[in-house]
Amino acid sequence: MPSTQLETPQLATDLRDLAQDIVRRATKAGATAAECVVREGDEFCTLVRLGQVETLKESGSKSIGVRVFFGQRAASTYSSDFSQEGLDRMLKSALELAKITSEDPFAGIPDASQLGQLEGDLDLYHEDVYSLPGPDRIDYARRAEKAALDFDPRIKNSEGGSFDAATGHKVLANSQGFVGEYKRSYCSVAAVPIAQTEDGAMQRDYWFSVARTLKKLDPPEQVGRIAAERTLRRLGARKVKTAHVPVVYDPMVATSILEHIFEGVNGDSVYRGASFLAGKLGQKIAGENVTIIDDGTMPGGFGTSPFDGEGIPTRRTLVVEKGVLSSYLLNTYTAKKLGLKTTANASRGLAGTPGIGPGNYFLQPGPRTPKQLIGDIKEGLYVTEFLGHGANLVTGDYSRGASGMWISGGELAYPVEEITVAGNLKEMFFNISEIANDLEFRGSVASPTLRIDGLTVGGE
Amino acid sequence: MGKSLEKQSLTAKQRFFFDHYGITEKDLQSYLAAALSAGGDYADLYFEYLSSTSLMVDESMVKSASQGISAGCGVRVVSGERTGYAYTDDLSASRILHAARTAALIASAPAKTPVAGFQKTAARSLYPVTLPSVDAEIIAKVELVMRGDKAARAYDPRIQEVRASYSDELRNILVVASDGTFAEDSQPLARLNVSCIAKTDGNSARGSSGGGGRVALDFFFGEKTPEYFAKEAARQAILQLDAREAPAGEMEVVLGPGWPGVLLHEAVGHGLEADFNRKKTSAFAGLIGKRVASEKCTVVDNGTMPWRRGSLNVDDEGEPTQETVLIEKGILKGYLSDKLSARLMGIADTGNGRRESYEHIPMPRMTNTYMLAGQDNPEDIIRSVRRGIYAVNFGGGQVDITNGKFVFAASEAYMVEDGQITAPIKGATLIGNGPDVLTRVSMVGNDLKLDEGVGTCGKDGQAVPVGVGIPTIKVDRLTVGGTARKDTGGFMQ
Repeated sequence: MPSTQLETPQLATDLRDLAQDIVRRATKAGATAAECVVREGDEFCTLVRLGQVETLKESGSKSIGVRVFFGQRAASTYSSDFSQEGLDRMLKSALELAKITSEDPFAGIPDASQLGQLEGDLDLYHEDVYSLPGPDRIDYARRAEKAALDFDPRIKNSEGGSFDAATGHKVLANSQGFVGEYKRSYCSVAAVPIAQTEDGAMQRDYWFSVARTLKKLDPPEQVGRIAAERTLRRLGARKVKTAHVPVVYDPMVATSILEHIFEGVNGDSVYRGASFLAGKLGQKIAGENVTIIDDGTMPGGFGTSPFDGEGIPTRRTLVVEKGVLSSYLLNTYTAKKLGLKTTANASRGLAGTPGIGPGNYFLQPGPRTPKQLIGDIKEGLYVTEFLGHGANLVTGDYSRGASGMWISGGELAYPVEEITVAGNLKEMFFNISEIANDLEFRGSVASPTLRIDGLTVGGE
Repeated sequence: MGKSLEKQSLTAKQRFFFDHYGITEKDLQSYLAAALSAGGDYADLYFEYLSSTSLMVDESMVKSASQGISAGCGVRVVSGERTGYAYTDDLSASRILHAARTAALIASAPAKTPVAGFQKTAARSLYPVTLPSVDAEIIAKVELVMRGDKAARAYDPRIQEVRASYSDELRNILVVASDGTFAEDSQPLARLNVSCIAKTDGNSARGSSGGGGRVALDFFFGEKTPEYFAKEAARQAILQLDAREAPAGEMEVVLGPGWPGVLLHEAVGHGLEADFNRKKTSAFAGLIGKRVASEKCTVVDNGTMPWRRGSLNVDDEGEPTQETVLIEKGILKGYLSDKLSARLMGIADTGNGRRESYEHIPMPRMTNTYMLAGQDNPEDIIRSVRRGIYAVNFGGGQVDITNGKFVFAASEAYMVEDGQITAPIKGATLIGNGPDVLTRVSMVGNDLKLDEGVGTCGKDGQAVPVGVGIPTIKVDRLTVGGTARKDTGGFMQ
C-alpha cells in the first residue's frame, strides 16, 4: 500500500547520497526546488546466427540528471561524467539555464503530501538474469535458433537467436525530502527465422519470451518453434482486393489500439487539445465491452515501480470503464493544468520535463477464445503485423500497412501482405465488436485478441 | 607502414581527446593490444564526447530547457564473422582496458599485435562552422523558438496550439583501429521545428515543419528562419481542416520533390545495406546487375554534401564518406557497406559504417539518399494522371527488408482527376514492394530537391540522422490506404 513515509531506505547506496547531495547543493545555490535522478544499468546481449556466435556485447553505464526551479522557472541538465568537476558543471549549467525559461504558473515538483512509495517487495529484481555463465547464455540463443531452423526444411536462413539480460537501478531525490530507489531486472530470448519458397520469395517473422527472472522465461525451444510457425504461415502471401470486412487483431498488434487510446488520454495531449478524447471525461468513447486499466502496482509487472518519475506512489487507475472514459493519465503538471489530481504516471528521463508513461496498461479480456472470434467471420482479415505509424490522434484518422492471414469461412485461409487497414479511431473504439479471453503480458501494454468492424482493407 | 601520429600536425579541434582526457598514442596502442589479446582480425576504439541543448516553447512560454553531456568509449573486436563489443562511460585507462578485455572474449586464439603507428585519415571539411551552435548564446536560441511560436499564431486565428522546439549537439569523435586507422571529427547538428494545431467548431488538424543540418546557428537567422517553418506548419494544419477522405486501392501516385524521397530510403535504401545482403536476408540479395527500376531512375547515397544532416566527413569507423551509385538507369549497381561487410563480401568499403553512440556496434547505414533529376516538367507529370493522388508531404516510413514490403505515410496529399489537382485528402499510408516499385516510375521531374533536414533513421534500435531527396516522380501503380468507399469493390459484410 502507498505510504508517505520517506525514511527507511531499502538500500543504502552511494548513488542515493549523491542524488540527495545534488539536491541540497541546488537549493543552497538559490533554487527554490530541485530534483535529481541517477540511473545505472548493465546489459548483456548475445546473438547467434546459423549456429555461430555473431555478437557478444557486455557493458554498464551510469548517468545523472538534475532539474531546478527558481519559483516558476525550470531547467534541467544531465551528464555521464561523475567527477566532481563534471557534477559541478552540470549543476551550474542548470542554475544558469533556469534564467532563460518562462514563468509557468503550473510548474513545480509535487507537494510533500503526495510523495511516497509502495512498500514491500514488488518482485522486480532477480539477480539470476545475470547469473548464467557466458557459454550458457550463448546456448540459450543457440537453442532458440536451432529449434526454428530444425522445425521445417523451408526455414533456410535466419537473422539469429538471441539472449539478452539487463539490470537497471534508478534513484530519485527531491527538495521536498523524497528519496527513493529501485532495481529492475530483465531477460529475454528470441528467434528470427527466415523461410523461403521454391521460387525464392522470403518471409521473416519472430517470437520471443521476456521475464524479470530466468525462471519465468519460456524454454528457448518453445520460442524457436513458435517463431518458425509464425514465419512459415506467411509463405506465399498475396495481395487482396480492396474490401470492407471485419478485422481481427492478434494480441501483439492489438496493443497498438491500446497505445492509441493511451496517446489520446495522455494529459499532455489533453490539455493542448491535441487529442480527440480531450474533454470526453465521463462520456462514452467506446463500446460497453471495453474496460481499460492502468496499474503500476502489480508485483513482477513490466510496468511496475514503487513510485513514478516524480516520487509519487504508483496506483491502479480505471481509464475506461464499460466504454466510458473515467480518467486521463496524468503527471503533476498536466493534472494542475486540467484541475485534476495526478494519476502517478510521470515518466522521467534524464533531461527535460517529466512525460507521461503507462504502468501495466491493459484491456480486460472477454469470455470467448480467439478461435471462436475468427469462427464467426465469413470473410475478413487477421492482422499479425503492422508497418508504419499511421494514426493521427488529433483527427482520429487511421491508416497503416498490414500483413496477416485472410479469414474465409471462419478459418485462417491464406497469408496476405502489401495491404492497408484504414478507418477513424473515433469510430473504431466503438466498433471493437468483440474481445477474446487471451490476455497475456509480454510488456507493459497488453491486449487480448480483438475484432474491429467497419474498416477499409486497401489492396488491389 | 603509414605516417606516425607524432609527425602529423594536429589542430586544436582534432586533439580533443588528447587535450581533455590526456590520452596519448601509446595509450591507444595499449588499448588495442588488450582488445586483440585473445586474437581476432581487427579491433577498434570509438571515443565520443557529445554535448547537446534543447529548448521548447509551448503556450508561448519557454517551458523546457535542457543541456547535457555524454561521453564514453566503445571497444570492438572482430574475429571472422564474430563481433565482441564493450563500452565504458568512464574514460580512465583502467575502465577502457577492462572494456577491451571484455570485448576480446569473442576471440580465442593467441594474441595479435596492432600495426605500429597510425595513419591519419585525410578528411573533408563538410561543415566548417566557426562557432558550433551548442556553444552559441542560449538567448539567441530562445529567440528562434519564440519567433516560431509567434509566426505560427499570426498565420491564422484558427491556429490555436503551437509548439516550437530547437535542439543542437556537437559530437566530437576519435576512431582508432588495429589496422592503423586514426580519424577525428567534430560533428555539429541543429534542428528547429514548429508544430501546431488548427481548430474550428468541431474540427481539428495538425501541421508540422522543421529543418536544419550540420550548420551553425546563423543558418536559422538567414536561410531557413523560424517564420519559414512556422508558416509551413500552419499552412498544413489549415489545409487539413478541409481534407476529404483518401481513396483506397491501387492507383497512380505522383510524389512531390524533397522529403517524399523517404520512398527511396524505405523501398530500396535499407534493402541495399550490405549486412542484409551478406546474410542474404534482403529481398535485394543477388540482384546486382539486374533491373530493379525504370530506365529513368538513378539513385545515389551521398555522404559528402556540405552542411547536410546526413553528411559526415568520416563515418563512425573512420572511413571517409563518398557518393555511391545504388541504381544507375534502373540497374542495381551496389550496396552500402561498412568495414565488416566489405571484408566478408570482398567488396569496397563505401564509408557507410555508422552507429548511434559509443554504446552501439556500427553497421551499414544510409547518409543522404536521393534520385537524380530527370527530364520531365513537373506540371506535365500532374497533367498525365487520369485518377490518382499527388503526395507532397510525408511522415515516416518503415520496411520489412526480407519480403521487401514498405510503407510511407502521406501527411499532405491531393486528389488528381483528369490531370487536375482537385481537393486535399486526409493522411494515408502508401504501401508497395521495394524491388519492383521503381520499375513503375514512368516520369521523373527536372526538379530534384533535398529535404529540409529532419530525417532520423532507426535500425536495430539505433537512431542516426539522414537525408533524402527526390524530384517529382510518377509511379503508375501503388496502393493507397484510404477509407473512401466509392470506387471500391470487394466484400461488404
